[in-house]
Formats: sequence, C-alpha cells, structure tokens
Amino acid sequence: MEEKVEIIATDEKQEFIVNMGPQHPSTHGVLRLVVSLQGETVKNIQPHIGYIHRGIEKMCESITYPQIIHLTDRMDYLSAHQNNESVCLLVEKALEVDIPDRIKVIRTIMSELSRLQSHQLFWATFGMDLGGQTCYFYGLRDREMILDIFEETTGGRMIVSYNCPGGLMYDIHPNFQKRVKDFIKYFRKKLPEYDTILTGNVIFRERTSGIGPLTLQDAISYGITGPSARASGLSCDVRKHEPYSAYDKVKFNEVLFSEGDTYHRYMARNDEMRQSMNTIEQLIDNIPEGPYAVKMKPVIKLPEGEYFQRVETARGELGLFVISDGNKNPYRVKFRSPNFVNLGVLNHLAKGFKIADLIAIAGSLDFVIPDMDR
Amino acid sequence: MDNKQLEDFIKSIDQDLEVRIGKQFTEVIVPPAKLYSLARQLRENEEAQFDFMFNLSGVDYGHDLGVVYHLRSTVHNHSIVLKTRTSDRENPQIDSLAGIWETANLHEREVYDLLGIRFTNHPDLRRLFLDSSWGFPLRKDYVDDINIVTK
Amino acid sequence: MRFDFIASYVSAFTGPWWKFLYDFSLLTTPVHEWLNGSVSPFWTTVIEMVVVGVVFLLFYAVVGLFLVYAERKVCAFIQNRLGPNRIGPYGIFQTIADLVKLLFKEIIPIKNADSLLFNIAPYIVIIVNFMALAAIPYANGLHAIDFNIGIFYILAVSSMSVVGVLLAGWSSNSKYSLIGAMRSGAQIVSYELSIGLALITIVILSGTMQLSEIVEAQRTGWFIFKGHIPAIIAFIIYVISSTAEINRGPFDMAEAESELTAGYHTEYSGIKFAFFYLAEYINMFIVASIAATMFLGGWMPFHIGNLEGFNMVMDFIPPFIWYIGKTFFIIWIIMLFKWTFPRLRIDQLLTLEWKYLLPINLVNILVMSFLVLKGWHF
Repeated sequence: MEEKVEIIATDEKQEFIVNMGPQHPSTHGVLRLVVSLQGETVKNIQPHIGYIHRGIEKMCESITYPQIIHLTDRMDYLSAHQNNESVCLLVEKALEVDIPDRIKVIRTIMSELSRLQSHQLFWATFGMDLGGQTCYFYGLRDREMILDIFEETTGGRMIVSYNCPGGLMYDIHPNFQKRVKDFIKYFRKKLPEYDTILTGNVIFRERTSGIGPLTLQDAISYGITGPSARASGLSCDVRKHEPYSAYDKVKFNEVLFSEGDTYHRYMARNDEMRQSMNTIEQLIDNIPEGPYAVKMKPVIKLPEGEYFQRVETARGELGLFVISDGNKNPYRVKFRSPNFVNLGVLNHLAKGFKIADLIAIAGSLDFVIPDMDR
Repeated sequence: MDNKQLEDFIKSIDQDLEVRIGKQFTEVIVPPAKLYSLARQLRENEEAQFDFMFNLSGVDYGHDLGVVYHLRSTVHNHSIVLKTRTSDRENPQIDSLAGIWETANLHEREVYDLLGIRFTNHPDLRRLFLDSSWGFPLRKDYVDDINIVTK
Repeated sequence: MRFDFIASYVSAFTGPWWKFLYDFSLLTTPVHEWLNGSVSPFWTTVIEMVVVGVVFLLFYAVVGLFLVYAERKVCAFIQNRLGPNRIGPYGIFQTIADLVKLLFKEIIPIKNADSLLFNIAPYIVIIVNFMALAAIPYANGLHAIDFNIGIFYILAVSSMSVVGVLLAGWSSNSKYSLIGAMRSGAQIVSYELSIGLALITIVILSGTMQLSEIVEAQRTGWFIFKGHIPAIIAFIIYVISSTAEINRGPFDMAEAESELTAGYHTEYSGIKFAFFYLAEYINMFIVASIAATMFLGGWMPFHIGNLEGFNMVMDFIPPFIWYIGKTFFIIWIIMLFKWTFPRLRIDQLLTLEWKYLLPINLVNILVMSFLVLKGWHF
C-alpha cells in the first residue's frame, strides 16, 4: 500500500484530495477514485481498482471449459449472457462444431434481452446519478419484467448460466415467446415515458450536453468500445463487423453519433434499446425447430493453439483470448473486458470539469466494477 | 489487407521477423528490442494504420514470459497479432507501448501486476489489483496452497 | 378570594364551541385577562411563554413528522410505489417509529472533530426554525408575536440557518461535509437576495411589513391576484428561490447524495441527524407558510372584491383550514420539484440566480412600484 499513499502525498499542496469510494453511492460498486480538486474543479483522477479482484483468469487455468461459463457470469453481471456466449462461441469455433439455427436464434434473443435490461439499469442509475431518483424506479419496474422472463426459462435472474458449449442448458419455457412479445408491446409504450422524464428535461440537457467530450481519435487511442465509442462516431459494433449467432440474419442499425459528449453516450444507449427491441421482434416469431443442444464430447479438449473470440456486450467489446495446450483446461485465458478498458479514459474526460460532471461522466461510461477487477 | 498481404507487408518492413499465419490472425514474433519501432511503424504507416489496440495479454510460457498484442485498424479493418517474449524471469523488461496507444497504459499495469513484467518508459507503472507485497499470481510457478485448488 | 373572574371566563365560552375556530382571540383574550387578574404581570408573561413554548414544541414535532411521512407518500406515488404501509393504517406511524429508532441510536463521536461546534450546529438550525415559526400568523388571532417588521424579521432569522449548516460542515472534519457546507453557503447567500426582493415586491404592494396587516390587506383579494403580473412573477421567483434556500431538490447541492454522500450531515448520527432532518422539513414548512401568507392571503379565505354572498360562503371554512391548505399546496409543489427534476450543477445554480432571477426581480420591483404609484392594482 505504500506506493499508493506516496502518489497521493506528492500532489500539489493547492489541491484538495477527496477519496471517492470504495463505498460511495455513485461509483456503482467498489471503485475508488482519488480525486484532486481545486475548488469544485477536478484536476486529476486516480482510479484504484481491485477491491473484488477474484483472479478469474487464474481460476480458469485450473477448470474445464464448461465450468468457465459460471465464472464469466460473474464478471459483467449485467451482460452475463453475452459473456457466456463468448466462451461457447470460442469452444465451438475451435472444435468446428456446427450449431443449429434454433440455438443461434435463442442465443441472439437472450443476448438482446440482456442488453435491454442492462440499458434499462443504465438509464435508471444514470438518472439517479444526476439526482432524479424517480428514474431509478421507472427503470427497475421495467427491468423486473425481463428478469422474470429470464427466471422462467433459465432459473436465474441475473446470473443466468444459460449457454453452454454446444448449445443451451435447457430448452426455452413454453411461455417464453408469449411473454417476450408481451414485454416488447409493453415496453414500446413505456419507452416514451423515459424520454419525458429525463431526455427532454432542460436541467438534464444542461447537465449532460457538452460535458466530457470524447473525440474519435481519443476513443480509438484509448480503445473505447460499445455505446460510449459509438457516441463518438467509432463504428465498433461486433454484431455488425463480425456477426456471430444469428446477427447476420437480422436487420438493425448501429447507433452512431459524432459529438461524443455525455448526452450522446446516454442517447446511444437509449436508441440501442429500440434497436434491441427491433432485433427481438424479427426473431421471436421465427424460432426454428430443432435440438436445443448439440452432443459434445464428455470432456472438451481444445486443439493446441490460440483462439480469440469477440462478442458485443452491453458495454462494449468483450474479447476472449485463450491459449490451449491441448488439455481439458486452458493454458491461459485473458478477458479483454470493456469496462476495464473504458476506465482508462475517465481521467482524460473528467479533467477540468466539476465534481458533479465527474459523476455524470462516470455514469455515462456505465461501469460495472466486477468486470474491471475480474 | 488480408493475412497474406500483411505477411508480405511485415516482411517488407523487416526481413528478419518471423511471421506466420495463425487460425485467425497474422502473427508476428518480434524480439523485445524491435518491438517499439515495429509498433510505431504499424501505427503510423498509411497502408497499415493499426490504430486500435483491442487486447494486450501477458502470458507465462513456462520458460519465457511473453506479451501478446492484438491490433486492429479502424480504417482498413484488418488485424494483426504481435508476440514478444523475454527469457529473463527475474527482471523481465519490455518496452511500453503506452506512448503509441493510450489504452496500453492500463493493460500494461495489469500485466505488471499479475505477471511482473516491467514495462520501460511506462508513465505510471504501479500495481493495479494487488498489494505490492503480493507475488505475481499469473506466473505458472506461483504457489498458493490455500486458495488455489489443484486436482 | 374573589370568584367573579369565573363568571367572565364562563361567559366567554358560551355559544357554540366552533366559534374559536373563526377567531382564536376569543379563546386567548379571556385566558390572558384571567391570568393578569390572578397573578402579577411578570408571572403572566412567564406562564404564557411556557404555554406557547410547549405548544410550539408539539407543533414542531407533529408538523415535522407529518411532513416526512407526506414526502415519503408523495414520492412513493410518483415512483409507482406504495411507500410506508406497515406501521399503523397506511403507515402513518412510520415516522414516529423512525424517530424512536433515531432516539435510541448511538451518537458516534468523530475523531478530530471540533466537538463544541459539532454539537451545537444542529441546535442552531433548530433554534432558527423556532424563531421563524413564532412570527407566522396561523389563523385569525393565532399569532405568537406580531412584529411591525414581521417579514423583515423572518427573512433575517431564516437566513441564519446557514450558520448551522456551515458549522456542521466545517466541524465534522470530513471533506464531503466541507464541500457540502461551502456549496450551501454560496447557495443561500445568493438565493437570499431573490427571496428578499420577491417579498419586497409584495411589501411595496401592501405598504406594510407587519404580517397581520398584510393578511388583513388581502381581505378583498389575495395579493397574487391583486398585484397583476408582477405579483405572479414574484410568486414564481419566490417558489424557485425558496426551494434553493431550503436545500431541496433540484437545488440540493449541499447534500447531493450521488456526489457528496450526504453533504454537511454525513458525519451525524442518531438524534442529531434527526434534528437536521426535521429542520429541513420545518424549513420547507416555513417558506411555504410565508409564500401562503404573502401571496395567497395566509389564513384569509378566498374573497372576490365586494362579492358579499360568495365571501360569506368562503368565510364559513375556518381560517386555520385555509392556512394549512395553502401551505400544503405549496409544500406539495416543492415536493413535486424534488421528485421529478434532476439536480443542477453548482455553477448552473449560481448562474440561474445572478444572471436570470436577480435582474428579472429588479425589473419586477420597478414595474410593481409603478403600478402602485399609478394605483393600477385592484
């Protein structure tokens, strides 16, 4: 710990150092930000992470591939489904297994539902970060319905563990299609409410537009992905560039803005909710018949070599890099988690703005701390 | 450029580099001494323009310690993998690429934290997740009798 | 011993009991005279002060607890929730249970805190509340002190609560508290101006600062209707800036929970925290009372000029009900603000005051003076 203390002490004397976190209402978890202030203006931010570092990469080295999905659930718990999908896709790609369309379509629907509930929670917490507590309850009210759909089919609400290498754990619940359709119908009516209470509010506009602008060059250099990068105009949607599962069969727009400020990062997520609903609507009536899982070998061993699989989670690009030595457990697993990379840009964005803007900027990057720490 | 063209392109930069086409990407094995200059050229060359580093992972190969860089160009939409390794396990040193890609900053701190590879010229090389008294857990010779369950 | 005072006392109470609701002086004057007749004037004053003090303590607690409950219910209905509903019917005893819990809670001593200032800060806030409450006319004859500079006094006293907030933030030895206190200081100093100028607009119209006379002057119509557009502008400015003055959302910079955890009262616990919490709600009650008194006629029923019949019907509703109704209407508006708007940033808050509200206010005063000079108001 001496190192950290030393860094804090060498800051200029004029600056007022506030320790935000690890327990703080708006860091959304155990993120600690050492903020140097001059008056209300942010001079420097030092993020300290690792409070829930569980060593998932190390643990992966001693477990088998089907077991890894239970760890990836716990990284970005709001994109649990996409995280699992990355492992499954990688294993299936390495073993060259042909996956039936039914599995692909169900995976895509589940991914989009996951994205939808993640963006709902983003909307809810972002409103709360800016002081509008009513948003939180509106967001959670609608998110609850998706979690109920998850629970009915997968048995889990947040930690779903529904994918497994070779397909799905179990078939969808008979009610699944009906409930998803009901939800889409319901949420299409509720989404304008979100705009009424937050997007159109003049205080909200004042608080967010022009705050923490991220240029395209910086977004590329900092490796930002996901809605945060698309708000700056970086086309980085893996679903478009390297379509996996059933994304090559559906039509949806990649939401792109060019301003890159907090407001457009918010709008990118807001519009993605609509795109997700479009995607689900295209697929939900056309789930093909077939098996829900392919028979895999009892012990999955990947051929020796290096594999890389990208998926688009709700927060950006999750890269899964696996080095296999031919054994039943991987030699090295690296998760390129979007939150970890996006954290790097926080200091760059918030420098020179006020404390309240720091909260808005951090909120608009939509951090999930377990994904940073892994 | 596709993988074959990339191979030729790398060869045109430096004849001595070992290039092979892997399952997905063109992989370049580059010695630590040449890493920074090659990375700089890949970033700045008009034809290559690898401006987006989407992954950086440290690997313990048992005998050597290595770093794998995944690069992509947002302009030309092609990808390449750089691999470098050092056999010095006591004081492994590799040039930092944080001056070329800002995202390398956090990634290299993570690799330093978990594998103990020192990145020279890194602006702010500190432990990231763990205490300074901790070992380097991602190394294969890391011993932890209590927390790591081995079969 | 002479017993003839009993006769006068009883005679005062003859007639229907509800007549006191329309004029409380019918109740208070005989008691005052009886006391004056039986003990010396000094003891009369002492006894009356004690009685009034006890009444205010009870009133304070009841209003504070009720407002906390009301806010929780209002925000619950806005947010698709039920709010407190376990303790008592509709959860009405929830706040009392909370208070009991806070009374029993440990008061955590803060290391390196300035213990004297830390301990007196909540009391300063509470005392200021009481001082302001004393000057408000609640109903016909229900008025503890009727200064001839009543509104001036309330303004002076209520702006002192920032001292308590500043002391609390400074003495807790916490950075969040300090930032909260500084924000609160900047905010209250700024918005005090707007409140003062908005009220001066009405003082120009009424020609007096005495609250009882201000209420009496609205017998033929409330000032918000009598004063044309300038009065309406003044009312809107007053509601906005009083929301800022009492540190409530969307101006709750001083305790912005997503930025400063809890602002100036981060380090307080137990009953001292409860004092701050109650004081916040009583402050809301005070500013709403002033708004009701100055713009909406206080306890004065809704009258239209000399429309006798209509005015008689309105007079039938007791003044206290009118007063409470108006006050809670304004409190409800302030609550709606908090639960529907996001929070402003500190520089936007100050910009709003110095660049918009203050110039509008100054022009507004000129317009009002011109109206009064020409006699164009009703």
